[in-house]
Amino acid sequence: MPNLDSAFSALSDPTRRAILARLALGEATVMELAKPFAMTQPAVSRHLKVLESAGLIVRRAEGTRRPCQLAKPGVAAIDAWLDMLRGALEKNYERLDAVLAETKSEIKS
Amino acid sequence: MNRTESAVMSRMTLKTEGDTHVVVTRHFAAQPEAVYRAHTDPQLLQRWLLGPEGWTMPVCVSEARPGGMMRYEWSNGKGEGFHLTGEYLELEPYRRIVHVERMHLPDPTPDNHIETLFEPDGDGTLMTMRMTLPDAETRRQMLATGMEQGMEASYVRLESLIAG
Repeated sequence: MPNLDSAFSALSDPTRRAILARLALGEATVMELAKPFAMTQPAVSRHLKVLESAGLIVRRAEGTRRPCQLAKPGVAAIDAWLDMLRGALEKNYERLDAVLAETKSEIKS
Repeated sequence: MNRTESAVMSRMTLKTEGDTHVVVTRHFAAQPEAVYRAHTDPQLLQRWLLGPEGWTMPVCVSEARPGGMMRYEWSNGKGEGFHLTGEYLELEPYRRIVHVERMHLPDPTPDNHIETLFEPDGDGTLMTMRMTLPDAETRRQMLATGMEQGMEASYVRLESLIAG
């Protein structure tokens, strides 16, 4: 399981988010990832290292290629965490719905 | 990742914008005036701005005028609690609120600058809350660690993060 703190830290960079967006479409090599970003391969590799240690991507060996893909458990852990936070916020708003409904009927009566 | 959300959840959206913003939208089945009042009237705030089950807001100060103070204190009834302080900056009745706030956990978090809009939407109101944090690192900390209590209104859909 990834450390949420390092996962959010990894996500705080727009290039790394864009890399994840690309990997959401399927696995890719460093070279393929470097192309749309006008970045050098070492620069992309540094971002990949951050994403990898945050548990958001995994790299597999395929001959000399090491294609990257999204790490499902890492992505799912963040999603579960955000779901919990969304749920807590939505609970507030459901209470507000009830308050608004009561206020409305108080005005009518 | 693309789980099916319930009809209730789909009324709310949560996303990050740029490096320092978090934007929350929610539709309410009431007029903008009522939704605005529920965001500024202390007695109404105490009825809904509570976070997880079991928490209450025993202290609610909300001086809804430019320069007015806000102070919300939450308690779980077991001796644990925390509070938020802030100041109102601009108010356009029933339409727009601009304020700053910070959580005390117990050290104060960096200021969160929030603009909340209430716009007519069909028979009801569309609320849009746009938060601006001082920097990407502060937003990261808020999302990752500052919200164990589930009280801060700053939530993100991973899909939107990934979609940039």
